[in-house]
Amino acid sequence: MPVLWLFLIVLALAAIGFIAGRMRVTSAGGKRPHSLPNYYGWNVAMKVMVPAYLALVVWLLAQPFLVNSQVVGMLGDRAVPEGSTIGLVMSDVRRVADGLDATVAQGLMTSEEANSIRTEFTDVRDRLGEAGVALGSNVSSEVLSAAQTYRTLNATGNFWMSTVVILLAVGGLAWGITQSHGSFRARNSVETGVRIILLSAAMLAILTTIGIVLSLVGNTWHFFQIYPASKFFGSFTWSPSFGGGSELGIWPLLWGTLYISIIALIVAVPIGLFAAVYLSEYAGPRMRAWAKPLLEVLAGIPTIVYGLFALLTVGPLLLSVFGRDGLGWMQAGTAVMTAGLVMGIMLIPFVSSLSDDIINSVPQSLRDGSYGLGATQSETIKQVILPAALPGIVGAVLLAASRAIGETMIVVFGAGAAARLSLNPFDAMTTVTAKIVSQLTGDADFASPEALVAFALGMTLFIITLGLNVFALYIVRKYREQYE
Amino acid sequence: MTDATSQGGARPSGPSTRLTAADSRTKKRNASEKRFRAYGLAAIGTGLFFLVVLLTSIISNGSTAFMQTFIEVPVYLDPEALDPNGNRDPADISKVSTFGYNPLIQNAVFEQVQDKGIATDYEDAGDMKALISASAAAQLRDRVIANPDLIGETVDFQILASSRVDGYLKGRVGRDSITQDRNIDAGHLDIVDALREDGTVHKSFNFAFITGADASESRPEQAGLGVSMLGSFFMMLVVLFLALPIGVAASIYLEEFAPQNKFTDFIEVNISNLAAVPSIVFGILGLAAFIQFAHLPQSAPLVGGLTLTLMTLPTIVISTRASLKAVPPSIRDAALGVGASKMQSVFHHVLPLAMPGILTGTIIGLAQALGETAPLLLIGMVGYIATNYPEGVISGFMSPNSAMPAQIYEWAKRADPAYYERAWGGIIILLVFLLVMNVIAIVLRRKFERRW
Amino acid sequence: MYDAPLRKTDVEANEIKISAKDVQVFYGDNHAIKDVSVELQDKTVTAFIGPSGCGKSTFLRCLNRMNDTIDVCRVEGLIALDGEDIYDKRVDPVQLRAKVGMVFQKPNPFPKSIYDNVAYGPRIHGLAKNKAELDDIVEKALRRGAIWNEVKDRLHAPGTGLSGGQQQRLCIARAVATEPEVLLMDEPCSALDPIATAQVEELIDELRTNYSVVIVTHSMQQAARVSQKTAFFHLGNLVEYGETSQIFTNPVDSRTESYITGRIG
Repeated sequence: MPVLWLFLIVLALAAIGFIAGRMRVTSAGGKRPHSLPNYYGWNVAMKVMVPAYLALVVWLLAQPFLVNSQVVGMLGDRAVPEGSTIGLVMSDVRRVADGLDATVAQGLMTSEEANSIRTEFTDVRDRLGEAGVALGSNVSSEVLSAAQTYRTLNATGNFWMSTVVILLAVGGLAWGITQSHGSFRARNSVETGVRIILLSAAMLAILTTIGIVLSLVGNTWHFFQIYPASKFFGSFTWSPSFGGGSELGIWPLLWGTLYISIIALIVAVPIGLFAAVYLSEYAGPRMRAWAKPLLEVLAGIPTIVYGLFALLTVGPLLLSVFGRDGLGWMQAGTAVMTAGLVMGIMLIPFVSSLSDDIINSVPQSLRDGSYGLGATQSETIKQVILPAALPGIVGAVLLAASRAIGETMIVVFGAGAAARLSLNPFDAMTTVTAKIVSQLTGDADFASPEALVAFALGMTLFIITLGLNVFALYIVRKYREQYE
Repeated sequence: MTDATSQGGARPSGPSTRLTAADSRTKKRNASEKRFRAYGLAAIGTGLFFLVVLLTSIISNGSTAFMQTFIEVPVYLDPEALDPNGNRDPADISKVSTFGYNPLIQNAVFEQVQDKGIATDYEDAGDMKALISASAAAQLRDRVIANPDLIGETVDFQILASSRVDGYLKGRVGRDSITQDRNIDAGHLDIVDALREDGTVHKSFNFAFITGADASESRPEQAGLGVSMLGSFFMMLVVLFLALPIGVAASIYLEEFAPQNKFTDFIEVNISNLAAVPSIVFGILGLAAFIQFAHLPQSAPLVGGLTLTLMTLPTIVISTRASLKAVPPSIRDAALGVGASKMQSVFHHVLPLAMPGILTGTIIGLAQALGETAPLLLIGMVGYIATNYPEGVISGFMSPNSAMPAQIYEWAKRADPAYYERAWGGIIILLVFLLVMNVIAIVLRRKFERRW
Repeated sequence: MYDAPLRKTDVEANEIKISAKDVQVFYGDNHAIKDVSVELQDKTVTAFIGPSGCGKSTFLRCLNRMNDTIDVCRVEGLIALDGEDIYDKRVDPVQLRAKVGMVFQKPNPFPKSIYDNVAYGPRIHGLAKNKAELDDIVEKALRRGAIWNEVKDRLHAPGTGLSGGQQQRLCIARAVATEPEVLLMDEPCSALDPIATAQVEELIDELRTNYSVVIVTHSMQQAARVSQKTAFFHLGNLVEYGETSQIFTNPVDSRTESYITGRIG
């Protein structure tokens, strides 16, 4: 584990730096130093660790990417057999390279041999098999030489990475120690450093968003290069076939998503809102103390549990009433109604606790004003409190809608797999999220349109929920400001 | 004030109505008040009713997974079959595969049937196969390899019964439901009935379910949650050690140091939006960033942990900021007043005071991450992958594993209804973990809660 | 109006509107009002004065059972409106509050239009048969609230957009729109500037022709300016009750004298 060693070496250098920096100041005598001794220690340790670890992380992220593109460039198009892709060949290359590593590590091959063997003279598959590395097919000469380049490049990269990181650490150590004298403002230096660290932690949020956008945009772009966007947005049929010739229209999925979300909101909004009104306006402190947490238990239950609940309890229950033995509207337990109902149950506490907060932030003086005029509690609620809280409640409902649209496990289990445009809520339909799961967990080749469509679906999902969230958060914030 | 005086005169109201007798309008208004109140109560009642139905269905369906059917019979460990060389050398013994053990177990069960004088049409010990789990031989083999001296003796062995027999004892499998079943016949059930009366076939606590690994599609009786529990554990370690420090650092920056400007606003908007991004999108991010781009191993708890870290961070940041905000400014002023730097006032005074709140928020964030399934599906932590315990810590992070919720998903997807029972049972274990975490969070909050 | 001399007004002839006898109020274990007995007259402005926390606001809120909305609050004793016990089990507080209106310390217009603010009470009590009648009631109430001229052109603008003084007069108009018999005012001017205060005070004086007005105030000058009768509360006790001019010039109790001369408060 060379990276682990590198990590520990830098850590050790930092510890040495801490002690050295501290000692240099305490042993100097004379005028009292500007800062407490520990700050001098931390100053050195920080100068050892921050640049070195930063370089390590950047290198670790960049090296696979660079090596990959080098090897891909070397392989060229001719190495890619008919019907395969460069991605598949590269994963072969990596597997062979890993296999060579493992063989060398077990002492079954010297590292010179690993770099020089040729497919013409050696049965590479056999040799690697001895080390327990199973390969699916025989190794072509291009792949082997690419794997060997891959190994050399990685080895060179690793060597330079270690050198650069250790040099940076030692340089930081030297710099920090020369700084360590009484007149140096070590505390200010350390605090600036800490501030930068804090700032970069906060920036991770931006980085995550950028990561989401890049990973969606990049793969969606690939998808639209092999499947026309006009068909994705224009077709009303969803019928992927992994043999090719799929029709991947988004509308049936969007309709399923919307239909299920609407049913979920029809269940969750009235129940959640009335529960919130009752809890905040009528319930005594004792009832609040037990009813509120109990309702919130529903929010703490993982969605997989609701999924199973939909599949194995609610679905069969609905089927016994609306199925062939009952009203005859329902073909199977998985249906829009099943998923919508269960999702509604999940959203009840979400709606109720958001509305509860919002109703509570309506000032008491408005209630007093209404009671003082002889209004009953329900008149006060219906005509004063709810209208005053309306923007906030709309925001809460939009947030709940965004949750419903993005919910995955309930629809994977409860909604069914058939993509269709139907109005019957007892039909099985499917959603954007359910299809993202099925397209990416299937056996499809990662570069095929059938798999890449998941990213286009994810992009659509992200844009819809982002829009809803931004709008809802804006409304809620405006509402809060009104009463602050 | 001229417009007021112009309206002077007698009191506008007519004869004063009596207060003690409600007029008809008031009665109507009070009735509507009662109705409205009833709607509210009904809404809460409905919510709680759903909770009760959910919990009942979990417990009634899942509790049976904690009991498992065994057949307790003496098994003669035939030296000729198990140790043909007769030297009790562990290397030689381990060369005998489970095929060597199967007949021994089947004979043992068959002998028991004959000893008890149970009337049956079966004449061959091989017909007992339907009663016995395919894993029983492997279990016996493990026991013999661990203790070669047993060879040649007759040991009492708890044979794992097949999933059909287990289902029969639990009421999942009935005589009408097996008419189409190729795995078991009514005659087998007659034997089970007879053996059950004298206690040879019995149910006992299913430790293997809590500690064991997943099993293949055809052996639900052997599947356990233990290995995926470890997968979840390693993921939670990653989340804890990344999300807590990064989340706290980000919150301190935003709450204490960030200047009021567009850039800070942008970070805040980012965080509140990330908190509402669907979890499946984080799965796509994990797939693209950690597996496609950084080439980290697929299905590894490390990747799962990194993905869940990004997902949990906004939750932790939001709750940490709330607890930092709850520390009154007077504490900061007091520290600054005695000459501490801003950084010192935060790290020496504000942070320790906010710590209980931060920990509570972190535990709740962890609980949320522990139950999350969707992102794990995309980074490959499903499927029949978690067959063995990881060897050591590094392999715990790096080698393919599942996680509790993903394992439950996997079981629920399988065709055999015996796996549904496992899935519900898995949910009980998962909920127990979540319950414990939440109780810890509540206790922390109660104990350290401070009102300023 | 400000430096008006204390007027001796004869209000003794007016009939008794509200009579309270041995009223006790508890907030949990806290005995907030002790043995208060007082008789409030019709067509009279009665001022409740006293130091902060003396119970004057609490007592005021007993008069239209606003304290019912506070769970821990318990009222004992007898309070009668026109001879009827308002704490009788059969009394509906909703009906009571229609008769005993209230104006609060901070102007609290609903986030609705000016018209809807005033029309709210008449609507819930069913005082108007049709739109024209409601328009009439609203206009009359706004005129009585001395704000009609300022808002008649923007009746459908939000009530929250008015200035503080206008908001408070709107709230008074809202309270009189339900045609109450008694108006309770809980420090109605404490959130207003001096000019708005003067306008509201003038309005209170005019309201006396129609209503029995009870006003809680922190300002002794205000009590002297607007009220005919004054009750002085101290530590939950009603210390002294009488003609305003008498209380301010010739208090009987030494505590009243100390308060008025500024030694306690």
